[in-house]
Amino acid sequence: MKGMAEPLHRALGLTDDEAGDIERILGREPNHLELAMFSVMWSEHCSYKSSRRHLKRLPTEGDAVLVGPGEGAGVLDVGDGIAAAIRIESHNHPSAIEPYQGAATGAGGILRDIFSVGARPIALMDPLRVGPLDEPRNRWLLDGIVSGVSGYGNSVGVPTIGGELVFDETYAENPLVNVLCLGLLPTDRLVLARASGEGNLAVLLGSSTGRDGIGGASMASEGFGDGEEHAKRPAVQVGDPFEEKRLIEACLMLLDAGLAVGVQDLGAAGITGATSETAGKGGVGMDVDVSAVPRRAPGMDPWEVMISESQERMLAIVTPADLDQVLAVCARWEVEGTVIGRVTGTGRLRVVDGFGGEVLADMPASALSDDAPDYDRPLRAPAPRPAADPPAIADAGETLLGSLLDTSWVSSQYDSQLFLNTVEGPGGDAAVLRLKHPTTGVDTGRGLAVTTDGNHRWCAVAPRRGTAMVVAESVLNLACVGARPLALVNCLNFGNPEHPEVMWQLSESIDGMADACRAFGIPVVGGNVSLYNESRGKDIDPTPVVGLLGVVDRLDRRPPGVGLVDQGRLLLLGERSSHVGGARVWKDAPELPPFDPAAVTAVADVVRGLVADGLLAGAHDIADGGLAGSFGELVARSGLGLEVGLTDTGELFSEAAGRVVVCVAPEHVEEVVRRAGEVPIVDIGGVGGDRLVVAGMVDLSVPAVVSAFRDTLPAAMSAGATH
Amino acid sequence: MTARVGVILFPGSNCEQDAVEAIRALGGDAEVLWHGDATVGDVDAVVVPGGFAHGDYLRPGAIARFSPVMGAVADFAGSGGPVVGICNGFQVLTEAGLLPGALQKNRGLKFLCTTVDLRVETSRSVLTSGAEVGAVLRVPINHFEGNYTCSSETLAQLRGDDRIVLRYVENPNGSIDDIAGICNEGRNVVGLMPHPERACDVLLGSEDGKPLLRSLLTAAANAKV
Amino acid sequence: MWEPEAVKKFNVLVEVTLQPGILDPQGTTIERSLPHLGFDGISGVTVGKAIRFTCEAADEGAARGEVEELCKRFLTNPVIEDATITLERA
Repeated sequence: MKGMAEPLHRALGLTDDEAGDIERILGREPNHLELAMFSVMWSEHCSYKSSRRHLKRLPTEGDAVLVGPGEGAGVLDVGDGIAAAIRIESHNHPSAIEPYQGAATGAGGILRDIFSVGARPIALMDPLRVGPLDEPRNRWLLDGIVSGVSGYGNSVGVPTIGGELVFDETYAENPLVNVLCLGLLPTDRLVLARASGEGNLAVLLGSSTGRDGIGGASMASEGFGDGEEHAKRPAVQVGDPFEEKRLIEACLMLLDAGLAVGVQDLGAAGITGATSETAGKGGVGMDVDVSAVPRRAPGMDPWEVMISESQERMLAIVTPADLDQVLAVCARWEVEGTVIGRVTGTGRLRVVDGFGGEVLADMPASALSDDAPDYDRPLRAPAPRPAADPPAIADAGETLLGSLLDTSWVSSQYDSQLFLNTVEGPGGDAAVLRLKHPTTGVDTGRGLAVTTDGNHRWCAVAPRRGTAMVVAESVLNLACVGARPLALVNCLNFGNPEHPEVMWQLSESIDGMADACRAFGIPVVGGNVSLYNESRGKDIDPTPVVGLLGVVDRLDRRPPGVGLVDQGRLLLLGERSSHVGGARVWKDAPELPPFDPAAVTAVADVVRGLVADGLLAGAHDIADGGLAGSFGELVARSGLGLEVGLTDTGELFSEAAGRVVVCVAPEHVEEVVRRAGEVPIVDIGGVGGDRLVVAGMVDLSVPAVVSAFRDTLPAAMSAGATH
Repeated sequence: MTARVGVILFPGSNCEQDAVEAIRALGGDAEVLWHGDATVGDVDAVVVPGGFAHGDYLRPGAIARFSPVMGAVADFAGSGGPVVGICNGFQVLTEAGLLPGALQKNRGLKFLCTTVDLRVETSRSVLTSGAEVGAVLRVPINHFEGNYTCSSETLAQLRGDDRIVLRYVENPNGSIDDIAGICNEGRNVVGLMPHPERACDVLLGSEDGKPLLRSLLTAAANAKV
Repeated sequence: MWEPEAVKKFNVLVEVTLQPGILDPQGTTIERSLPHLGFDGISGVTVGKAIRFTCEAADEGAARGEVEELCKRFLTNPVIEDATITLERA
């Protein structure tokens, strides 16, 4: 083939088989515009063609579920006429190229998903994973990513109430930027992105269309190679939070006034995705007048307009009778509104040059999504790791200090308090928000809690159990703030699905999540799959990240938080374990500790009740860093010393699931032990003094612990950055 | 009669509902005023809330000061009406020339969201009449451009006239003379970077903002008479 | 494009800088980080804004007057910023 021009479909990222399918669907050879439209919709990013069949194994039903996976956002009934919309997405590849804009547009995109179902976004969370900070480029990436979330989220007026920050070599060239958004709407105003009613109009709202991110959806589906991929890299998408803010207000005003039949965000496949999805799901057709689309770059071809990823755009379906009022709302918020489409009864998506003008593309509206390829890619389990003994820990105190990380350097750059809801902000086990009615503002006296969790080390050892342990960690994080779980969303960050080991990881991880969610009774209401996270052929460790939404049934006090009271007793709830498989201290272990979801549920139930009744002075689940990490953080946050006794160093560093350490005032100890019932509970020590002492293993001064916790990140980031 | 507070909404403002909620919780009446209307109606006090009016593009407050409502705010302030600018609202009031000085990027060149200690420096202002001089209040800050700066003559004047209303106990952003809030010569226009409306509920961590907003409601009630 | 002879078009560059004596935290931060990054011998870093546009006016003097007024009223905050204006015929 050398020397011959590459066929167009391949240049667009379509395989020969996919091009054949398109020809069969159309009954003729597709033209350039049609191929471009199929190429974005059939990309991995939009079609989930490698993961779809596996995702079907996740449980999605639940009493509170109003909308499950497959829409802009999952929607839950949270009572009092209020529905919560939640979604999580990745923006990994764009952030690796331009961290500020990559992260900013990631936040912008997820916000549009939330208000596309009629919800006002009330909170963002940003689980971040980057390479070690001793490399200047990783500092540049982290600084840019955090500035991007800060610059966009603060300005658009949505508080960022938490997230995660993880450093590991596996992310050195491929940072993971996941963003979760939570929104609220009156239950009776729920709208889905559906076009209906022949003759109704599709109004494009917001920013003009440029060449931004052309091919972005296919970029997100390609690994970063050297050199030859360069030509495929799109113009970087630039976010405009002020446009987005006006777009939010205009869209919500349209929905409040009943002026829109449906609204749809323009995501990775731009106008093509928005028009084909609203028409396809509504069972209708649409004529799209590509010449009407306001453009910002000269000389754009129709195919560029149809697949551009320009940010801050929405599509509203409106009746002709309401158009004037719709445009008046747009004018009030200084949002451009342009009729670009008409709903037809034909079931076909046609791109036309002026209504009634030349037909530039013509295809069944549903073919772009419903007929997308569905690959059963080969899976292969890696060879089992050889049996081994855990490594000896030379200095438990140093190891403890090395696991501490205060993320305030990140969270202080985010407005975490806007809307007067934030009872527990960044840094705790889970964020807690007051639950107020989104339009009347009436306080329900209840709360919502959200946590995001992931652990690539566990998942690299055993993706199935590792993922189940991640879900368990989320359940316990919610319990520590007094919340019961309601629904889960996931962001599955994996390597190249064409590698059978990666497909095996993905499949196993989904099974682990399904097992855990069934055991905990949690429906999965949405997700995002990010594949091809790799650089120069090396896949990242499997990193499923979950976002868990919960409800605090009575929010009349602040949760105990990660803290201590002087003279308090420290009690360990849950089955004791010294198994360090997959822990920070034993990454390449052959296996993870045993996992029993029923035991986790029992611990969570006890802790939730204790928090609700104000019997705890502090609570912290035991996960990354084990008990050592928990002790360190409790001491650093309270400034108080503690002295405990444990079985062995294994117990100090084990990350086995289903354990929570609580601080209890002496007068409540008896009651707490009684309430634990069948759940194992043991007094491991007490609070006091000015040292962190684990008998026979650790003896550190409180200031040393505080300093290791507080200073690590600012010190690392002060060293300057280059790219 | 209940004092009525008008809270101005520019495109890009985002703390307007928070201000309304906090004022109502303290027994005041509050309504949102649209930036495009050249009037403040019949309100007894005006709050210019936090946020990013017009995206903070060009400079925070630089575009907002030209909104039609700002002429009415200037007239209202000129006739002695109480006006408080919180965070972005402070920036808008300095750009509009209703308060002296300017707000630059924080010394640390980062957006900063945290809770700080504020010392009440004078009770002679519409925002601090009910607060005790020397009292230390725990109030959140949330800004990128909160680093107050002014000429040495202006600073001397602010000091000499007892117009520095609030100071940071520990300066978080590089503000000259630790200034967190100032007032105009008439003492009826106050600008401050911290957010008193975010400190009105123990569930959210502090209620030290209450004496400030109560002072504003008192000034509004007095303006009504 | 046809344009009346009386109106001339000028390309305008407005550079907005902080007034001397006003703290320039961005400039000092950049300068402070240079040695860490291996750039020696660079000093006097200041950070400002560049604003470009075209302006129609009868002559250069009129254009300059208009742009000066624009800078004073809108593009700069005269409390802390100065503007340098560069004009050339489009």
